[in-house]
Amino acid sequence: MGKYIVLAALLLAYPTFVGDFFTFQIGAYALLLGTVALSLQVLGGYGGMVSLSQLTVAGIAGYTVAILGDNTTNVMGLGWPWWCVVTAAIAIAAIAASLIGAISVRTEGIYTIMITLAIAVSFFYFVRQNYPVFNGFTGLAGVEPPRFGALYLRDPAPFYYLSLAIAAVFFWAVRYERHATFGLALQAIRDNPRRMAALGYNVPLHRVAAHALAGVIAGTAGVALVWFNGRISPGTVGVDVAIDILIIAVIGGMRHPIGPFIGALVFVLLENFAIDLIDRERFNTVIGLCFLAIVFLSPDGLLGLFDKARQAVRADTPKPQEPRKHPDKLHHNR
Amino acid sequence: MRQEHLTMGVVTCLAAVFVALIFMVWPDWLVDVMGRKKQFVNTFLNGITLAGLYFLVASGFTLVFGLMRNVNLAHGAMYLLGGYIGYEIAERTGNWYLGAVAAFIAVALTGAALQVAVFRRMQGDDLRQTLVTIGISIVAADLMLATWSGTTYQFQPPEWLFGATQLPVITTIKPSGAEVYLNYPTYRLFVLGVAIVVGILLWLFLNRTRIGMMVRAGVDDREMLAASGVNVNLVFVIVFAIGAGLAGFAGVIGGSALSIAPGEDIRYLLASLVVVIVGGMGSVPGAAAGAILIGLAEQFGLAYFPTYGVVLTFLIMVIVLAVRPQGLMGRS
Repeated sequence: MGKYIVLAALLLAYPTFVGDFFTFQIGAYALLLGTVALSLQVLGGYGGMVSLSQLTVAGIAGYTVAILGDNTTNVMGLGWPWWCVVTAAIAIAAIAASLIGAISVRTEGIYTIMITLAIAVSFFYFVRQNYPVFNGFTGLAGVEPPRFGALYLRDPAPFYYLSLAIAAVFFWAVRYERHATFGLALQAIRDNPRRMAALGYNVPLHRVAAHALAGVIAGTAGVALVWFNGRISPGTVGVDVAIDILIIAVIGGMRHPIGPFIGALVFVLLENFAIDLIDRERFNTVIGLCFLAIVFLSPDGLLGLFDKARQAVRADTPKPQEPRKHPDKLHHNR
Repeated sequence: MRQEHLTMGVVTCLAAVFVALIFMVWPDWLVDVMGRKKQFVNTFLNGITLAGLYFLVASGFTLVFGLMRNVNLAHGAMYLLGGYIGYEIAERTGNWYLGAVAAFIAVALTGAALQVAVFRRMQGDDLRQTLVTIGISIVAADLMLATWSGTTYQFQPPEWLFGATQLPVITTIKPSGAEVYLNYPTYRLFVLGVAIVVGILLWLFLNRTRIGMMVRAGVDDREMLAASGVNVNLVFVIVFAIGAGLAGFAGVIGGSALSIAPGEDIRYLLASLVVVIVGGMGSVPGAAAGAILIGLAEQFGLAYFPTYGVVLTFLIMVIVLAVRPQGLMGRS
């Protein structure tokens, strides 16, 4: 508990130490990317379903905001009040996620990756070729967050605290869910779906419910992301970005909900600063190689490396220690 | 069995309707309903020739998957790599055929090297293999962008493939009574021909050779194949090389029909994924059936409802997954 209080204090005080760039482009962006990756952690880490369509779900929420709310593109922009727009966007994202779940849960393991990847790519091509609703290649621009008097949500500090609130709420929700009845059932289904079915659990329903929960998480982050960017286009929901979410979750580690946020921070820092060390254009090679290194060295991501290091340190000290158990590792082969 | 008869019946009827629509002269009322016959036949041929290209790409993907349970998400990158290598060789030697052969060999060797150096280390760990192929595809796409830049490359296929061929299909009859025959790009017909030849060669390889027999046995039961004294690793390398080589070869064939540019890798990866999901994972005839279905759906979608074309492809995938999760010709 103590470490969470320290972490919360650090995160709350963060904007007072750094400038606007670090508050907005690094801090808020990493928190939101981390939240999208958190929705993948719920599915992959607890449910054993590695989905590549979580960014698509976030994108659906983002497009909903641009379509139902205001934009400056003269395509759609129905001008609903912001709270209607936000509610509708998250609800539609959850419904879309449940449908994706319903399509993909009939198959297992790597089939889930293939089907969700196909869904993600289809959505990308669909919004790119559809002009009446999604304005095709250009997308929808001029999406504004709501204003409350003098408080403008896209100012760095307010937006940072909004992102922090979203991330914190879902972090706690996922952390709670892990030990709640539903979360335990989900993890048991991941480890042995047949046995759980024999015990009378409705396996597909639990999986679809996990997709719905992940959809709410990804959808909320998607709403904030479209406010962050002020626009949304097919490039926002492209395959490369969808894969970035997977990279973030894998680099951080899917074992614990803090993993995706660590991954997102590393990713955003690399994106902004590693390119200064090497050729600016070769970011994808760097991040791809980091990803490969993590997959080869530590299936549990940076969290796994951290634990290994800690165990190595403890092994050096003479007093005997209980071996740490990891009941919920990202799993594996059947 | 009864359901299979029903399916066969539906498929035969649909095929008969298509053949009739293509060869008969359309009466006016049909033109009113469906638009001009030329558009319909052109769309149909575009769909079928695109299916040929999709089959070339997806057959390798499904072959690898069927035997090794390795979802090679770098398959699109191999298509693109084949296209670029083929382009370089064809430009330097001035021989397009040499480019196609070189693309096959170079990408097949790359695939074999990947199988030996990377995938063999994580045999049986499907998820990690898939993650590795994702990582490889990211790095490969970026390095190809660095090497060949974002330019679009256009192949120079041999002379005889240029121009159009007159097909024995009457599009309209002029008021003067003269029959107007359909002209169709020769190269696209060539693509279809190549796909059929490759399909037959694959069938012969799988059904008439010793290694093909081992591959089929391995698809059914890997452990038993290994237990009966076959060098499974060698079979894996050969199949991976053929699968990758086909993707590289398709890069030249498809790159000559359209062009070679960054982003094509994703397009053909999606095509392979959907074709294989629809057709049945691991089945080469399934890849052919899926390719025809998806090729036709894509072209008809593009021609008749341009801004919702992808939805048609997507719906086919969803319906197949709902009715037969293992795909049209896949085994459960």
